[in-house]
Amino acid sequence: MKTVSLTIDGKRVKAHEGEKVLWAALDNGIYVPNLCTLRDNSEPSAACRLCFVEVEGKKQPVPACTETIEQGMVVNTKGPGALRLARTALELLLASHPVDCAHCPSSGSCELQKIAAHLGVKLKTRRFRKLLRELLVDSSSPVFIYDPNKCVLCGRCVWVCRERLGIGVLGFAHRGFERVVTTFGDGPIAESKCRDCGECVVACPTGALTFKDKQGTVKSAHKERVETETTQ
Amino acid sequence: MVMTEEQARVRQQTKRILNRFGRRRGNLVPILQKVQGEIGYLPREAMLEIAEFLDMPEIDVYGVVTFYNQFRLNPPGKHSVRVCLGTACHMKGGYITLDAWKRRLGIDRGQTSPDREFDLDTVACVGCCVMAPVTVVDDKPQGKVAPTKVDGILLSFKLEKERQGEESR
Repeated sequence: MKTVSLTIDGKRVKAHEGEKVLWAALDNGIYVPNLCTLRDNSEPSAACRLCFVEVEGKKQPVPACTETIEQGMVVNTKGPGALRLARTALELLLASHPVDCAHCPSSGSCELQKIAAHLGVKLKTRRFRKLLRELLVDSSSPVFIYDPNKCVLCGRCVWVCRERLGIGVLGFAHRGFERVVTTFGDGPIAESKCRDCGECVVACPTGALTFKDKQGTVKSAHKERVETETTQ
Repeated sequence: MVMTEEQARVRQQTKRILNRFGRRRGNLVPILQKVQGEIGYLPREAMLEIAEFLDMPEIDVYGVVTFYNQFRLNPPGKHSVRVCLGTACHMKGGYITLDAWKRRLGIDRGQTSPDREFDLDTVACVGCCVMAPVTVVDDKPQGKVAPTKVDGILLSFKLEKERQGEESR
């Protein structure tokens, strides 16, 4: 496969032709915040608005997950315009997130924490009015717990369940602020066609989907996530 | 799971409607409109039948149904109550009116009372803002609907029903 060379944050890097800027940066040790895409997703939705980067020659910041690399491209992941957009997007997400990290099993492995630290945004943001959804937690599955309040609607679990595994239990329903990842008829996961594989838990970047341990209590998804990342 | 008579009827009715459509995903919304047009709402069984027909995840049908305002998941009541939450009605306390309806009927927006007498929903302006806060009851806009007027409207329906009951006796 042909390789293309480009510059990201002043560093000369090489990547496969046709690769997206996001993966080229991550593969070369340059972190770009991202929530909604996965490497094997060929049609990223660019929904989370966190991976904005600035590309020389383009007037506006572009989402790195949909921007294909080009020979000689000059990318700046730290441009003020891009960071401003990403920070606002993150602050909006946090404004309707419980931010109960002290009691959350995903604390430490949570992408929101990582992105907030990277962007220099406080988790308890004051810029937007706090508006929580107060939805019911679903612990019906024998394998995992789903807390929709911590969900950022990135759609990773939906994509994995549907496209990678071909099951299609999870999806988006309702509109606007009431939009949730849910099952048919908003029923409990145990009553759906869920096969308890737990792949959605591995994909979840937040504490919305967490594994239960043998006693049926919550366990951190961190270990599982690290394992799959290293096997890829 | 044993299917009730109503569920079986819904399945058959939906199948008959589906016969007129091709198995393209693009037909989802027209199919939903047609099924709701005939049954009055979109029962669970109808959505399952449609998902199977179009070979798509059931949750996707549910997602579309819950996304668009025109689709309803509950059977329509005998009387429809539509509380306006447009800008003018919002400013004049449309939410207080909505809360009054919810409390009196014991249901949330988008639901139907258990006796299937009333269904409650919201609309985003019906074009008679001088009368705000407006509630459209059976296609007739009622103006300045304070919680006490909610009681009045419900009382008139109750009286009408009693009168009809006496006449038929």
